[in-house]
Amino acid sequence: MVSLDQFKQTYITECFELLVDMEAYLLALDIDAVDTEQLNAIFRCAHSIKGGAGAFGLDAIMNFTHVLEALLDSMREKKVKPSRVAVDMLLKSVDVVTQMVRVAQDNVALPDGFGHELLEQLKGLAAGSGIESAPISGNSSDEGKESKENIEQQRWHINFAPHETLLATGNEPMLILRELERLGTVEVMAFTHRVPVLEELNPTCCYIGWSIVLNTDKLEDNIREVFEFVADHCDLTIVMEEAKPPEDEFVADVRSNNIKIVADDNPARSTQSSSIRVDLEKVDRLVNMIGELVITEAMLKAQTREFTEGQFSDLMRGVSELSQHTRELQEAVMAVRMQPVKSIFSRMPRIVRDISAQLGKEIRLVTSGENTEVDKTVIEQLGDPLTHMIRNSVDHGIESPQVRIAKGKPEEGTIHLSASHRGGRIIIEIRDDGAGINRAKVLAKAREKGLIAADSMPSDEECDNLIFLPGFSTADVVSNISGRGVGMDVVRRNIQGLGGIVQVTTNPGKGSLFTVSLPLTLAILDGMIVRVGAENYIIPITNIIETLRPKSDHVKRVEGHNDVINVRGDFVTVVYLHRIFNVTEAESDPSKALIVLVESGQKKMGLVVDELIGQQQVVIKSLESNSDPVAGVSGATILGDGRVSLILDIDGLKSLCHGHAELEAA
Amino acid sequence: MADNFDRGLDKENIVQKNATQQFLTFTVGGEEYGVDIMTVREIKGWTETTRLPNSQEFMRGVMNLRGLIIPIFDLRTRFHQGMTEATAKHVVIILAIGDRNIGILVDAVSDILEANADQIKAAPEGDTQVDTDYISGLISIEERMVVLLNVEHLFEAHHIEKAMAQAA
Repeated sequence: MVSLDQFKQTYITECFELLVDMEAYLLALDIDAVDTEQLNAIFRCAHSIKGGAGAFGLDAIMNFTHVLEALLDSMREKKVKPSRVAVDMLLKSVDVVTQMVRVAQDNVALPDGFGHELLEQLKGLAAGSGIESAPISGNSSDEGKESKENIEQQRWHINFAPHETLLATGNEPMLILRELERLGTVEVMAFTHRVPVLEELNPTCCYIGWSIVLNTDKLEDNIREVFEFVADHCDLTIVMEEAKPPEDEFVADVRSNNIKIVADDNPARSTQSSSIRVDLEKVDRLVNMIGELVITEAMLKAQTREFTEGQFSDLMRGVSELSQHTRELQEAVMAVRMQPVKSIFSRMPRIVRDISAQLGKEIRLVTSGENTEVDKTVIEQLGDPLTHMIRNSVDHGIESPQVRIAKGKPEEGTIHLSASHRGGRIIIEIRDDGAGINRAKVLAKAREKGLIAADSMPSDEECDNLIFLPGFSTADVVSNISGRGVGMDVVRRNIQGLGGIVQVTTNPGKGSLFTVSLPLTLAILDGMIVRVGAENYIIPITNIIETLRPKSDHVKRVEGHNDVINVRGDFVTVVYLHRIFNVTEAESDPSKALIVLVESGQKKMGLVVDELIGQQQVVIKSLESNSDPVAGVSGATILGDGRVSLILDIDGLKSLCHGHAELEAA
Repeated sequence: MADNFDRGLDKENIVQKNATQQFLTFTVGGEEYGVDIMTVREIKGWTETTRLPNSQEFMRGVMNLRGLIIPIFDLRTRFHQGMTEATAKHVVIILAIGDRNIGILVDAVSDILEANADQIKAAPEGDTQVDTDYISGLISIEERMVVLLNVEHLFEAHHIEKAMAQAA
């Protein structure tokens, strides 16, 4: 349950939004001329809440909204006429569901029969039994009206004097004050007369008290609710400026339930992190502007380097401060897009549990580093490959309990899933204490499927990584979990698509370790800047295997095809960048130029370039938003001098050079 | 004919607006051209661009405009008058065409011209010497003659292909 908490938080936030919407729609509903679209909107709200509730096992909410949904549906189909009573009842349902969601948020159990009465009424209405005559309904319509009339603001004086022991009970007055702020506008005054002199001050005690004036449309119960957890640890008075109208029965009912709930259990109130949803486009615009700022700053800095010591010292100081602030600003903006990997990690225990139960294995999943942050887009695309790898570990890695006992291992297998930051990348490790990769079996399989030459003798490391080849599967039994041969090669392709690398090392009999290394963001790429003639291009580092200067006899001409180069017995296609890009004044003799050996998928290519300029992290920009796509170019970036440089698309180059070869041959 | 049809539509659009329209005018090789001022995003001096491989001749490459990557087109080349020897004195006009931003390289910006619908004349027809698809109208004021451009037609792939076929 705990691992699902983050999603649940999101769901609960959404629920509150939906309930507010629903209430607004209900209030706007004109009974005499019902707009079907409005009913549809209300129905959608109820439906969304129900769907989420089902997913999170919040049965009470699901059952309640189910009935609600049924009623709304029959209204849509004009089976039930929307009457004032019905609308009032629906409004009351909103209150009840709100209460249920709040309870779910605090992770406490609902009291038995909560909202049951209303549920029965709703059912009755949905069945078209016309409950106008029922005594409760008349009552409820009054209540509904009254609670709406209560909306006018009232002024409350609250005296909140915590006992010294308040902090020791794990309560934080600040949170309470913030909570109050949620109810309305607050004026807070602290009284500090109880604070002792420094020598006598115990930092773990709370000496400060507060006097609060709260303007709110909420009831005293809502205010008291805020202090629910500290009620025993403070002196509290809550007084309203004028006489309070008597509360209606229904609200009182809810309150009594609420008190019961809290009395059952006294958990720390779940923390509500306040957040706003921002359009990604706005963030990207910020990122763009920061990028420009960085370039301007670099330009200014370069200018100041020409000054001699002591010249324009104020200006120099300003520039150095500017560069510091710029860097911080850049980091802050990039951090906006970052999210903890927790949202994916938290899905895994369930997967492990389900599959291991299915396979009759006992497996414990240990996760660490869930709070490691990575760009949102990376998170979105990391879920699938990670799930697949975990499945793989459960299915192929960990042995069955009998085998484990026979091997002298603990019956329960362990899978460690961890995330960490290392050198500007995120490293995700999946370590299991299972059987490890059976190299002999892998090798035999690879030979059998013709994935490697029958006589080649790969090293242990190479052998382990054979499992990433397409069409490879060594599972003895093809189960419905993994082992259909669409496994690890897809994982590798997904990870590479994210600019990442996946590797495996195994210790036969002891277990395997899968390591995934990913860039922190898809917006930034590690690139090698190369020069071809007068043009600079960027090759993604993840595609580069090595760089070499061939001897002239290593490059062989093949009639009607591209040239090939012999790299330690491997024949690799040579691609002359200047030819396919029509760049003049570039070196065309490979033995005088350099060959950058790149890999995309399983295909290797040697790109002929004039010079390597250097390695740099670049921000990826779309070329296609303003121009037509260019073959062989995946995007562009802006270098430190403000000039645009093109990022090569290795896959695209491959098809481009094929076309070129045919053209030349023709 | 599709050409006439297109042009007719353009003219209609202009006529419908009735009120005066403003045009930014500029020169390329002694000729004066104009574009609807509402499409102009900004005007900036020429800076070195990055060439895009295997692109059309009049495509001068891309330029960085505050983090956006903008393609720059050479109008002179587009009008088959050779390539502009661009210097810092040459001007790039950034235009918003549809949801794209593009830049056109011109010799100099001259004026902002105000004209009402009846001052705008339809482009001459029957002149097969050049592709005239991109001309949306003509304005003649005193001694000046301004060719109003439909930039969208100038650099859209299918219009260009047709133009190239005509030129060949």
